[in-house]
Amino acid sequence: MAALICEVVYRGIFQKNLAARITRGIVLSARKSGRWGIAFGRYGDSPQRNGIPAKDFAIVADTKEELEQNMARYEPKHVDVTIAVDDTLSKGVESWAWYGLQPINRLTVPNGTLLMTSVQSFDSLLKDIHKKDAPYKLALLRAKASFSGLWVYKEDHTEVRILGALAKIAPSFLTLDGVCEAVKEIEWGSDLKVESAKKAYQRLESREVKLTEGNVEIPYSFEMPKWWEMREGVTIPAIPVGKPKEDGKGYVPERNPYFKKFTTRTMRPVIDFDTCVKCTLCWIQCPDSCFDVMPDGTYDANMEACCGCGVCEAVCPVEKCITMVNESVFDDNASQWEMWRNDKEGYKAWMTEKIGDKNATVRSHGFRFRGQYEQELEKNLDGGGVEITAGIPGENAQHKTI
Amino acid sequence: MAVVTPAAPAATEEDKELLISGSEAVAESLTLADIDVVTAYPIRPYDTVMQAIAKKISGGQLVAEYIVAEGEHSQFEIVKHASTVGARVFCGSSGVGWMYAMECLVVTPPLRVPMVALVGNRALDDPGAFGVEHNDALVVRDVGWLLCWIDTSQEALDTTLIAYRVAEDRRVFLPLAISADGAFLTHSQALTMVPPKSKVDRFLPRYDRGDLQLHPDNPITVAPQANEDWVIEIRRQNNEAMGRAVTVIEEAYADFRRVFGRGPENPWFEEYMSDDADVILVGMGTISLPIKVAIRELRAKGKKVGLVRLRWFRPFPTEKLVAALSKAKAVGIIDRNYSFGSPFGSGVVANEIRAALYNADRRPPLLSFICGLGGREVTLEDVYKAVDLCYAAAAAGKSDAKTHWLGVRE
Repeated sequence: MAALICEVVYRGIFQKNLAARITRGIVLSARKSGRWGIAFGRYGDSPQRNGIPAKDFAIVADTKEELEQNMARYEPKHVDVTIAVDDTLSKGVESWAWYGLQPINRLTVPNGTLLMTSVQSFDSLLKDIHKKDAPYKLALLRAKASFSGLWVYKEDHTEVRILGALAKIAPSFLTLDGVCEAVKEIEWGSDLKVESAKKAYQRLESREVKLTEGNVEIPYSFEMPKWWEMREGVTIPAIPVGKPKEDGKGYVPERNPYFKKFTTRTMRPVIDFDTCVKCTLCWIQCPDSCFDVMPDGTYDANMEACCGCGVCEAVCPVEKCITMVNESVFDDNASQWEMWRNDKEGYKAWMTEKIGDKNATVRSHGFRFRGQYEQELEKNLDGGGVEITAGIPGENAQHKTI
Repeated sequence: MAVVTPAAPAATEEDKELLISGSEAVAESLTLADIDVVTAYPIRPYDTVMQAIAKKISGGQLVAEYIVAEGEHSQFEIVKHASTVGARVFCGSSGVGWMYAMECLVVTPPLRVPMVALVGNRALDDPGAFGVEHNDALVVRDVGWLLCWIDTSQEALDTTLIAYRVAEDRRVFLPLAISADGAFLTHSQALTMVPPKSKVDRFLPRYDRGDLQLHPDNPITVAPQANEDWVIEIRRQNNEAMGRAVTVIEEAYADFRRVFGRGPENPWFEEYMSDDADVILVGMGTISLPIKVAIRELRAKGKKVGLVRLRWFRPFPTEKLVAALSKAKAVGIIDRNYSFGSPFGSGVVANEIRAALYNADRRPPLLSFICGLGGREVTLEDVYKAVDLCYAAAAAGKSDAKTHWLGVRE
């Protein structure tokens, strides 16, 4: 390897500054070993929306000439290390900038590394991460998703922990000493952060992923039309009118197949169809029109279309009728309504378990009340098992400050 | 010697002869073409056409939506939208008004909106002036507008009808600007033959936007946001439409001659005594008039001088122009525009022709002149001076690679 190419797949806006800090840190750490480097984000006119997967890159090389081979590009064709600091990205990514679903490990070279922060087990993550046609390493730092973007910056040391882990993964480019020097001198000036980088170096867990392992789902993809196949006049067909769900009842809208789908989602609504009063508010307010109208007049959030914004939960007038639950505890996008229709008791048990999970119902970004983050920091960060503040509206009303 | 002097239009039983300005001639055509939506915002000299259309509407000769916008930006935006629902539209402007509409002007070609506009050519501010310069219309030369220049009221009328035929052809669907020199054409009345509607109906089909028409029965989205994975394909489509316009323009002129019994055989440029000429001058617009007078004077003295008056600037008639010019001993291009800092400091037309001739088998010495800016009259003396310099270059077998400013106080 004469060059080390890293991508950071991150949640648009929410992790924007975090991703930029990581890629800058990579270049500045490698500089300590005399390497040249660049850090850049994938540029666009509308680069980021809340939660939409986006990418930053860091490339370090032995010489300026080798570096130039990788410059003036939107993104590299392959990367040595893929970094994700939110494990819900393991289900794949669709960005504003491309079409179809990209497995999180798509650009990772054979025998490269996928480095993630997660409190999930290897096996649990590999249920979501798509199968790859080459072996690679999955490396884990025990931590929750860190969100530091335009609005908040959680000082949970995720950026320096990633750098410490990289020193373990690619020691010929980033030495631990180089990382520590860079952390101390150039970017952050904090001894505590240096310690975090060192601990991450020691605590990094890693294992080979075999060809046979991973999610076997074939990611959906699109063939881009040729210029003479496109309709002229910058014109595209409108979305057709939808159809009744069944027997002339209910309504399922048509959806634009080119439009981004569910990988923006970090949490999903879990719906109690027994307590739904059919008030239509979730259906009307959903900014992505993700609700399908069921024959009985209830509303089923279509998991192929839901972006996980949580507006439905906020507008629902019935307590615990709609509850946002972290995406990592779900294995598929199956219809909740169909599950409920087929087995009402079974659904009740499933739903109760999901919305009762205090770890999974905490907001993965943002805060519910002032002082929440300080509370979380007091707990063991490395364990990732921070005392969780429940995300159910009203439960922490005494903490709420507007 | 092939002297192509346009014969006075024969008054058929059906045509009527009117004494009208270039702008009024355009309004006559708009009435005959039965336009649906026209937007207006006053700026001289274009405003003469907006007044002429208003009279047509108030007189009951034309039924159309006449919208006075709050500025040129809205003016061009409104007709763009009207055109996408299937309306035949017209608008126009001059000088800095055209510049103020620039954002709307650049979005029109990719959306394939066949708007027809009249640019009453006017010097750009500052200084605030009313006279003709071609820089206003020329600013859209790279972005997909069809551009032509006219030099008489008759040509204004005929070209407007041809413009709708060309722009609204499904193979083209591009906006088209007709440039008319401020004052010399927009405000000068000349005897003009106006055809009857029955002839126009045989020439000009109705505007059919097909599957690009915004309509509840054809639900589409126009102009969504796109990233780098779509844009070059859209540019490629635009380029193709501009290329197809060549055929469509030639078809339209041929059909115009068939239906109306007049009009040039060569749509692209007028060749005046240039067949056997040693020196050919090239220009656009009403500059042709003093040049023609000068040519007749010079011919009487035995100097074989001719004129090529360019009608179509986009698409640029490269091959035909090269064939017409490369046989001369020297070519002098008179630009009524400027392009500061350009190669040799030449005007836009000179550098286009210089580029067109680069691969020609025979490249005559090419001289570049800038003349008549800001509406300054082009005098016979200016033309004689240009011709003298061209003869000197012809004798030397090479040009001086300079740009000569004519008619400047110095």
